Amino acid sequence: MDVSLLITCVVDVVTPDVGEAAVRLLRAAGCEVRVNLDQTCCGQPGWNAGFTEDAAAVAKATLAALEADLDAGAEAVVVPAGSCATMVRLFWPELFELAGDHDAAARARRVGERTRELAEFLASRADQLPPLRLERPVTVALHESCHMLRELRVVDQPRALVDAVSGCEAVAWSGSDRCCGFGGTFSVKLPEASVAMADEKLRALAAAAPPAEMLVGCDTSCLLHLQSRAEATGNDIPVRHLAEVLAAALPAEGGGEPA
Amino acid sequence: MTGHLLPGTTLRQRTADAVANDRLRTNVARAVDRFATHRVEGLGELDDADGLRRAARAAKQQVLADLPALLERFADNVLARGGYVCWAPNAEDARRYIVDVVARDGATRVAKSKSMATEEIDLNPALEAAGAEVTETDLGEWIIQLAGETPSHIIAPALHRDRHQIKDLFVDTVAAPLDLGTEPTELVSFARRRLREVFLAAEVGITGANIAVAETGSIVLVTNEGNGRLVTALPRVHIAVLGMERLAADWAQADLLLALLARSATGQRLSSYTNVVTGTRGEGEVDGPDELHVVILDNGRSELLAGEYHEMLGCIRCGACLNVCPVYRQTGGHAYGWVYPGPMGAVLTPLLAADQPEAAEVAGASTLCGACMDACPVQIPLQDLLLSLRRRKAEHAGRTERAAWKAWSTAWSDPRRYRATTKAATWTRWATSLAGRLPVGRNWAHGRTLPRPAGERFRDRWKAGL
Repeated sequence: MDVSLLITCVVDVVTPDVGEAAVRLLRAAGCEVRVNLDQTCCGQPGWNAGFTEDAAAVAKATLAALEADLDAGAEAVVVPAGSCATMVRLFWPELFELAGDHDAAARARRVGERTRELAEFLASRADQLPPLRLERPVTVALHESCHMLRELRVVDQPRALVDAVSGCEAVAWSGSDRCCGFGGTFSVKLPEASVAMADEKLRALAAAAPPAEMLVGCDTSCLLHLQSRAEATGNDIPVRHLAEVLAAALPAEGGGEPA
Repeated sequence: MTGHLLPGTTLRQRTADAVANDRLRTNVARAVDRFATHRVEGLGELDDADGLRRAARAAKQQVLADLPALLERFADNVLARGGYVCWAPNAEDARRYIVDVVARDGATRVAKSKSMATEEIDLNPALEAAGAEVTETDLGEWIIQLAGETPSHIIAPALHRDRHQIKDLFVDTVAAPLDLGTEPTELVSFARRRLREVFLAAEVGITGANIAVAETGSIVLVTNEGNGRLVTALPRVHIAVLGMERLAADWAQADLLLALLARSATGQRLSSYTNVVTGTRGEGEVDGPDELHVVILDNGRSELLAGEYHEMLGCIRCGACLNVCPVYRQTGGHAYGWVYPGPMGAVLTPLLAADQPEAAEVAGASTLCGACMDACPVQIPLQDLLLSLRRRKAEHAGRTERAAWKAWSTAWSDPRRYRATTKAATWTRWATSLAGRLPVGRNWAHGRTLPRPAGERFRDRWKAGL
């Protein structure tokens, strides 16, 4: 299967390891991966802040890049971020309509129909994945991010993928499905509330039983928010994208451990 | 003038003050967790809770579509059963009518049952200014009245206070004995003794209305303490204040809404008391008021009804969205600054308090996590409404904010400029300067480390061959 990777601006600039892991996983699942380097950002920050025209201009660049890949033979667009996948699949048509660009809205619907979040996509091809195994067992706490859960309704797939990894155990923790407090511009408009929300997540994480050795999620922006707060408070729990954990468990890695 | 958007404060200041109060956060989290858990259990008893929610949504939307006719029918039936109807275009009209009724009756003692509509019109100060002694008889409302506060939750107004604080408040304000226990039963017994005197002495009772049934001109009051019943049964005069969207066409619709209201609020199948008031005391009846006044409040609702936010008028005021909101959980209700808190308040405040410039920013008190939409018993698309309110606010954004988004858009709507602006060196320079000078960087740095850009971008690695 030929897929186009929407890398997302955050992964591109801040966590390229996540992108690399996504590529390895997609290839391990039998996919040809394309990355159209004309993509920029899905436009979500501007959309959530109410700046429709600005967001539409940014999104349109990425729409053109993804569309070009689909035209060239890609059958799906895969996104290693639930929030950006939501933007493309659910909000792009509305964004372009509101910006008065009906042509782009129609094109966005076509792209949206083919767009899948990475865990969702991998779970749908789980039978194609090689056996996954971590040399050193690890317990992970899954942060269930909001857009994946309540917009895309991707609920069980991340956990199913973790369960498929020998040597990786997902622990239950309270409030795993509660917002981390990032919320795009919310994090800088109401920083005290945002940080308080992160603190509650991190406290719940510390209270997980059995204890979690690693915080894992499918949205880099949530994870960066939580990691930044953890670091600022001297909490050194490793924070990883699910793709990094899964890629480390690929046979090619010789059964390694998440970096 | 409508209600009390805390003057001279910003949403950020208010949320910062709230989250700095550990006791408040603990109290709020404990209360909303209890409500939210019970809600899930209560709805879980139903065979098809989502089907019921869809039906309730459809019913409320139908009510809104037929609202002018239903209001006429409701009013006709109130009049036919001996009541009076006041159509109040705004808060001031409502206050004036109610103050006049109380004054004409020569009443000086007013007992109130919990009502968010009377909070919205800021009724108590107006009655007090006219010389009436007003007592809130819902326990939570009484507590915040004694504390000089506004409700921090629409169904549990005092949930931000724990029982120890409540005991201290009783000692300080109403001469409770110093050895009053802090067990809920002891606090409630004390309040009951005091409030019983209020019920017996009151000349006028004022309530809200959870549902107004057009078919019979009835008002449905839902309480767990029975105070709604006493306030409507004992005083000579009953004044009910309701937002004009409280209507149900008939009892079938009322039944549908009641099936969801208590379950969504507290997980109960029905609240302990569901009171129906239909007209004045009739021939041969032993209780009920001699005089019934129904104040139907517009206060901005007609404008909502005609526009893109009309779905918000479907809200049945259950509080479920507050109880699942991760922001409300940290801040409680006062941080929202006006009468209605939580997600429903973040939508209603910019709309109903639109005359106050500080109201628009309240739509920002959400991470758009969507938990509220999942909980709403009438499936109001709260997140979509919040987004729309943000777009409306963005139209009036200041020059700096506008310029920042324009700069982002200009840079990232073009692949070449995106590449140029995301080179590691550029990014590092940006991040440093943002952290130091621009509010966005300073605000991120508030209690968080700055994310470090990777040495090379993903796209650089891809080009080099992955």
